Amino acid sequence: MSKQSKAVSLISGGLDSMLATKVIMEQGVHVEGINFFTGFCVEGHTHAIRQKDKAKPKRNNSLWVAEQLGIKLHIIDVIEEYKDVLINPKHGYGANLNPCLDCKIFMVNKAKQWIEENDFDFIITGEVMGQRPMSQRKETMPVVAKESGADERLLRPLCAKNLPATLPEREGWVNRDELYDFSGRSRKPQMALAEQYGFVDYAQPAGGCCFLTDESYSKKLVDLWETRGHKEYTLDDVMLLKVGRHIRPKANFKLVVAREEGEGRFLQGYKKDFISMNCTSHSGPLVLLDGTLSDDDLHLAAQITARYGQGRDAELVDVKIQNTDGAEKIIQVKPLLANEIPQEWFV
Amino acid sequence: MSRQVLDAKRLLCPLPVIRTQDKVKQLLVGDQLQVICTDPGVMQDIPAWCRINGHKVVKTHTDEYEYIITLEVGE
Ligand code: SF4
Repeated sequence: MSKQSKAVSLISGGLDSMLATKVIMEQGVHVEGINFFTGFCVEGHTHAIRQKDKAKPKRNNSLWVAEQLGIKLHIIDVIEEYKDVLINPKHGYGANLNPCLDCKIFMVNKAKQWIEENDFDFIITGEVMGQRPMSQRKETMPVVAKESGADERLLRPLCAKNLPATLPEREGWVNRDELYDFSGRSRKPQMALAEQYGFVDYAQPAGGCCFLTDESYSKKLVDLWETRGHKEYTLDDVMLLKVGRHIRPKANFKLVVAREEGEGRFLQGYKKDFISMNCTSHSGPLVLLDGTLSDDDLHLAAQITARYGQGRDAELVDVKIQNTDGAEKIIQVKPLLANEIPQEWFV
Repeated sequence: MSRQVLDAKRLLCPLPVIRTQDKVKQLLVGDQLQVICTDPGVMQDIPAWCRINGHKVVKTHTDEYEYIITLEVGE
């Protein structure tokens, strides 16, 4: 008997990769899942931070998909390596700061390294030709295969019949006749196949699988890069851009204002890294200050902080300033009026 | 059988899962690992990860702001 072939499947948590995996499992191939954590993935974070989302604990869709399929899932931290993909994308960005084509190439390349290290035979993705404007076009399919180095070991079960036969098909590890020829932006074929397999309650793909497709998030990241004068970033930077109201009154500093209790608690964890502020004469949110501030800047930041507290209509409020070493001082300020905070300050 | 502790405080999902996964790779079948987290999402994600990968959740415990999961490494 010939040995059972083994494939690793890129699991995003959405329906397409779930279907692609199932199609190959149905052919008797041993499949395990792989998922890459870039730092920008939508899964979890903001839901974990914001208090109001606590009532409905959010599942991690990749883990959920793996469990539904009954396969192992390997989640790989690629935060560091991904920086170069985001900062220098050879194929450019999509509508926002999403470098989807370079990202796909990067992930398939990582999967290729993984199959070599783990003695697997090929890679599966849930790509569908024409499904996404940047990374899933007819012209980009061979680019991903070639530039990732996966070449003929990359199989896209949902649109394989639109593409030349790959190694798994030619070697008979999978039967090409039982693969699909989906193309275009319609989701109907996938939904029909999901029904056939009895998949319900799967995650509905919206803008994309990461924050980089989000316009307001991308703006905040551009602001961070421009004001710092370089594009380096840390995971904390990535996280903080997901939290709070970001207000930049001047190029040299910005405020991150907690919008609710959960965010306030999350920002507490950064008080050793940033100067922080909060009203003491009235209740109000915790605010972090990112940048280097003069005394005048601190005064202005305190006035903005006061604007977001219960004392916004008071003549004067007390605002505590805490340095990163824990040293504190209290200043009295007049809260800014709503119309004194120009719209352009909001990042 | 060893018993180890992993501090995953301040990390947000899926990082606690990734750190757990990487730590478990260094352990032997039957070893226990206690993971201490602050992201409530771990109460779903770590047990799901254990079910998928054949490990057993021995105990879960919640303090005011901490979520502690003890698991036993499976085959
Ligand atoms: S949406 Fe984000 S994770 Fe998905 S391919 Fe594009 S850049 Fe990569």
